[in-house]
This record gives sequence, C-alpha cells and structure tokens, in this order.
Amino acid sequence: MATMTLLAAVRDALLTEMGLNDKIVIMGEDVGHNGGVFRATEGLQAEFGEDRVMDTPLAESGIIGMAVGMAVNGLKPVPEIQFMDFIYPAFDQIVSEVAKLRYRSGGGFSCPMVIRTPYGGGIRGGHYHSQSAEAYFAHTAGLKVVIPSNPYDAKGLLIASMRDNDPILFMEPKKIYRSMKGEVPEGPYTVELGKANVVREGKDVTLICWGAMTQVCLQAAELCVPRGADCEVVDLRTLVPLDEETILESVKKTGRVVIVHEAQRTCGFGAEVSALIAEEAILYLEAPIVRVTGLDTPFPYTLEHVYMPDAERVALAVGKVTNF
Amino acid sequence: MEMAQTASKKKKAGSPARAARAKAVTKSAGSKASASKGTAKSVLRDDCFFILNENNTVDAKREPKLDKALLLRMYRNMVLTRAYDERGMMLQRQGRIGFYVPSTGQEAIQIGTAAALTPTDWVFPSYREPGVCIYRGASLHTMLCNLWGNADDVSKGRQMPVHYSFADLRIFSISSPISTQVIQAVGAAMAAKIKKENDIAISYNGDGGTSENDFHTGLTFAGAYKAPAVFIVTNNQYAISVPLHKQTACTRLVDKAIGYGMPGIAVDGNDVLAVYMATKEAVDRARRGEGPTLIEMLTLRMGPHSSSDDPTRYRDEELFKAWGKRDPIERFKTYLTSKKLWSEKEEVALKEELKALISAAIETAEPVPPPSVEELFDDVYAEKTAQLKKQEADLVKERELRGKFINTSEAFPL
Ligand SMILES: Cc1ncc(C[n+]2csc(CCOP(=O)(O)OP(=O)(O)O)c2C)c(N)n1
Ligand SMILES: [Mg+2]
Repeated sequence: MATMTLLAAVRDALLTEMGLNDKIVIMGEDVGHNGGVFRATEGLQAEFGEDRVMDTPLAESGIIGMAVGMAVNGLKPVPEIQFMDFIYPAFDQIVSEVAKLRYRSGGGFSCPMVIRTPYGGGIRGGHYHSQSAEAYFAHTAGLKVVIPSNPYDAKGLLIASMRDNDPILFMEPKKIYRSMKGEVPEGPYTVELGKANVVREGKDVTLICWGAMTQVCLQAAELCVPRGADCEVVDLRTLVPLDEETILESVKKTGRVVIVHEAQRTCGFGAEVSALIAEEAILYLEAPIVRVTGLDTPFPYTLEHVYMPDAERVALAVGKVTNF
Repeated sequence: MEMAQTASKKKKAGSPARAARAKAVTKSAGSKASASKGTAKSVLRDDCFFILNENNTVDAKREPKLDKALLLRMYRNMVLTRAYDERGMMLQRQGRIGFYVPSTGQEAIQIGTAAALTPTDWVFPSYREPGVCIYRGASLHTMLCNLWGNADDVSKGRQMPVHYSFADLRIFSISSPISTQVIQAVGAAMAAKIKKENDIAISYNGDGGTSENDFHTGLTFAGAYKAPAVFIVTNNQYAISVPLHKQTACTRLVDKAIGYGMPGIAVDGNDVLAVYMATKEAVDRARRGEGPTLIEMLTLRMGPHSSSDDPTRYRDEELFKAWGKRDPIERFKTYLTSKKLWSEKEEVALKEELKALISAAIETAEPVPPPSVEELFDDVYAEKTAQLKKQEADLVKERELRGKFINTSEAFPL
C-alpha cells in the first residue's frame, strides 16, 4: 500500500490498466507530452508511446467522435475532456452517438469507452472551470456515470470502468485532486460499479452525496456530533447505475435524509434520489427530504464558497430534519 | 494566392493583398529571395505580408502614409498593453489576484487590428486581447476590477480574470470555451447588414481555436452570406502545450480561407504596420459589402499560457529566442525613432506615465469590496424567478445563522 493523492491514484489506474490491456488508448488536449493540465497522464506517453497517448487537436466533438470509431474497431478509448465545462461541444457525440449506439444497432455495435473529466468547483475557476454537469448525462440512457470520492475508489472504479462493456462518464473531483490523500493498493483491483459505499455509519440522519461532497458530508457529520445528531454518510460512487438498495436501507434505518450536491438545484441528481425515496420509503420518513445544493445560477467566481455547499450548510440542514 | 478569391480583383497598388500576392508569385517562380531580401534570416514564414524589414527599415514603396497621431496612438497602446500584462502577472505572483493570462508579444496584433476599426464596429475577442479593450477606451479601473472579481467588475465577480465585457464599447463578453465567438461575430455582422448599418464585426481566436466546430461554422456561414466580418486568427504556434504541427497538418492557417470561399492573408503579427494595413483593407472591404476575410497573424506566444502554466515543459527554446528578437514594440519603436517621430526622452516619459496610470488604477481597484451575496441572484433572468427569490431568502437567512461563509478554495491549476 502506498499513500497517494486522488490525482496520483487516477494516474496509477491508467498506468496499471494500460500495462495489462494494450487496446487502451488515451487521447485529449495536452495529455501527451505535457501529461495533462492536471498531470493525470504524466509520463504515460513516454511509457506507452504516441499511438496510445495522443495529443489531440482542440476539438472535443473530435475527441469523442474519434473514440466511437476506435471503439467499434476494437480499441478501448479513454478520452479526456480537459474540464467538464468544455464537454458541451462533444454533447452531440456523447448523447446522440455514444449513448445510443448499442440500442440503435440492435446490439450490433457498441462503443465502450471511459470519458474522464475533472469536474466541480472550489478552485477559483468561475463559470467555465467549475461545473458539475452530471445530471445531463445521468439523464441520458445508455451512459453510466461514475464519480469517485477518494484515492482508493478512484483507482478501483477507474479500472472497473476500463473493464466495463458500456460507455462511462468518469467524473473526477478536481478540488480534492491533490488535497485528498489515502491508502491505495499496488497493482490492479476493482471497485464494483453500481455499489454505493456507506462511508460513515450513523443512526439519526442519512447524508447522500458523491464526489467532492463526500468529504463535506463527513466533516458535517463531525460537526453534528456535539449537536446531538449521529449521521450516516452514503457515497453513491455511481449515479448510473444507481444503488437503490443501499440508499433505501439507510433511509429506512434513520428516517431522515439530506441529499448534497454542488450542481445547481433544479433537476440536479438529488431530485432523482429524492423521488426514489419518496416513492419507495415515504412511510419510513420522520421529516421531509432536504436537498443542499448549488444555486440555480451559473457558477460564480468570487463567491464560489457561498455557492457551494459546505459542512456548516449541511449541518444546518441536518438540524432542520432532526428538529422537524 | 493568399488573396486568390474574387475580392482580389480590385486591389489598389501597394495594398497588403497585392504585396502578398506578388510575393507568392515570386515564390512559385522559384526565387529563394523572398521579400525580406538583404535582411537577417527570419523565422517569419515567407508568405507573410510585412512592412517592417527584419532590421526594422521599410522599403519606400511599401511604407504606408499614416498619420503621426495614429502611429503614436498605436505605439502608446502597445506599450500600455505590455505594461498592463506585466502588472497582471505580477499581481498574480504576489497572490493579490487568482489568475492572469498575458498577451506579451501579441501587442501588434491587438493594437493594429483595433486601430483599423470604428468605435461602432463589433468586437468578439478571446481571452488574450486585453489590448483591444485598452485601445477602444476601456477603463483600466474596470478591467482591473475584473481581475479581482469585485463589485466594480462588469461581470460582478462571476467570471474569471481576463474575461472582460464592455457593452458600451461593443466588446462582446469574453467566454472561456474556445472559438464560440467566431460564429457569433457573424451574427452581429449579419444584423448590421440586415439593418443596413455600416458596422462590421471582427472576431479573434487562436491557432488551437481553428480546430473547434464554431470556427468552421463561423467561416462557413460568413462565406455563404458574404457577411461583413473579419476573422483574426492569432497563430502564436501553441495551444497551451500543443504545438501547431500537432494541432493541424495545415502549415499555413491562411490556406483555410480557400475552403470557406473567402480571401485570406497571412501577416507578420509582430509588425504593427502590416497588421494595421491588412486589417484596414479587410475591414474596408467588409464595409463595402464585399464580404469576409480571414487574416492569419503569425507570431509566437512569448509568455506562459496563463499564470498557472510552465512553458519550459514544452516550449521550443530556439523558436522562442528567434521570436524574442522580433519584439513588436521594439521594432515599432525603432521605426518611429528612425522617422524622428519618437525619442528616448519621450520613451522614458511614456513608460513613467503609464506605470503611474496603472498604479493609480490598481490603487482604486484593489480595495473595492467583493460583490454582495444578494447579487449572485441578479441577471440569471431578466426578472428573478420565484425559485431564485426563495434561494436568495434562504441564503440570507443562513448568513444570519452562521455569521460568515468560509472560503476553502484551492488555487487555479491551469
Ligand atoms: C472548448 C474548450 N476546450 C478546451 C479549453 C481549454 N483551453 C483553454 S485555452 C486552450 C488553448 C487555446 O489555444 P489557442 O486557440 O491557440 O489560443 P492561445 O491560448 O494560444 O491564445 C485550451 C485547450 C477551452 N477553454 N475551451
Ligand atoms: Mg495559440
């Protein structure tokens, strides 16, 4: 075991799996010689060559469109979109092509790929370097959406994603790329897709979260201890497929739910989780479901710390559901 | 060949188009002696239109007859842009602002193009054109407030630094996503045409930006409609770390014009006279209703991509050194001095004046407080929705409960 950052764990997953599977090809803007603007692919081009780690022209639709062709012709593309905010030029390729290929060809074609992209705020990036756009993609049948919250999961989920038979959007929480460190086993291992993780057990309130918000919820849970609430924290890890069982089991135990995400509120994935709980477990609830989310505004620059949920805001929401 | 399209028929003698065409002919006739004959070996591509020779002299027949006032205005704004960039980087290094994008080495492109426009022409810049804002009269205070993202920032602290927006100067709000502005400029140009107004639109993007869909769409539409638009492609030879030869197999970006059915010209982007003349001709043609032009401005990015970038990881040092000798400000200064339009004494005075100007603007900009929490909810829609009103009320209540919001932001990595 080695202690490494979430960023290093991502790189380790790529390095490990590329060594095992020579069909894997990475491509994206600045990923080759420069090792990516975050350095997630540092040294990989030197290790595997320019055919397997490709610097691309500056065109996201090109990156994903090319990945489709590579995938149907036997490669396993792992394209990188430099920032999630720049995924929209590729939206058509992802939503119309990548996600629907298997279905529209009656299973004749498929294009398993892992689209890696850093997402989220907290790095002073303003509108276009901060977005959490998971809801658009979770709303697209045919795509899986995976979001790790710590180094161990980042490596295990990324390797599992590279072994999966479906196209996957793999969102990396860039705020904690370097600040989040943890134990990561050497060599290959997987963390199963579609399984949520109860990262903290508790009996009073269930906090549901993913990605960078998992740390925020864990901090909030600590804040709540002296305030008299024992929080359980459920890290969804994958939004699609969704682990309904783990969610419902926790909710039925605690009877109180706070859902936390940094994406804007309206039509955020929290609404989906909330609907699920209302449909499947309403009789277990002791209080209304509460969402703590980003605002229904574009992501700001100077006041990003006001926009984004933090531990105190989550703790206040916990107070609301426990004092209902 | 650069201006090989229809519009090239009516060239006046001594025009940039004619010079470039003549040069291309020379080249295809097999003569190695390009137009920079007799001067030092250059890294400038030999199809580029230029006025200043490598030793900064000018052949009499090429020399444009420009107003002294215009020449000095261009020079002043180039020096100001350089100084503004230097301070921007310094403020970032001192931790006073979060991020900066310098345009160092690209002053001639910015100022030479801006000088060819009228105040009511529409400008769609990228993030690397502070000089265009400066030339058109943007307030330094307001520009600096954008770097701090404070309450006097036009975007009210919503956009990152260097994302200016000046509606009153017809400088379109700058976006981070690459090349989105190219097709938008076509829209503004077409609106002017449809409304029978005399304004044209100009857009700016980089070499990397020529790969994005909106660049292709922009030029396709502009060609199809004969839009009164001018497209400036600043070929600074890098898109972050990616060099031009990895970006595209097209070695002369100007050649793309042919595919869109419009004239194109490649220009020495470090020669402000050439930049001005080529742009002026394209702007005039657009204004006469003769359609769009693509102008490739060849230069080299002399600074980092941004304050977060380390170009020594990927830069071609020889190229860097060679272009360093072609500094657009130095070259223009040598020209002006040789014409007795400028002196070392005036240089010293100008530098001091501009330094004081920027310092004064920093002094007023830095203390401006951040935007208020309430302002977060303005401008999402023309009228606040019920949902936004509720979210605002909730946030104000939360502030009362907790007292303050804590900033745990990380530094910007790119
Ligand atoms: C759609 C999109 N993809 C990626 C980026 C990240 N990015 C910012 S600048 C840049 C390179 C741009 O290069 P170029 O067009 O040559 O302009 P320059 O920076 O050299 O002025 C990239 C890839 C972005 N801003 N927008
Ligand atoms: Mg460039």
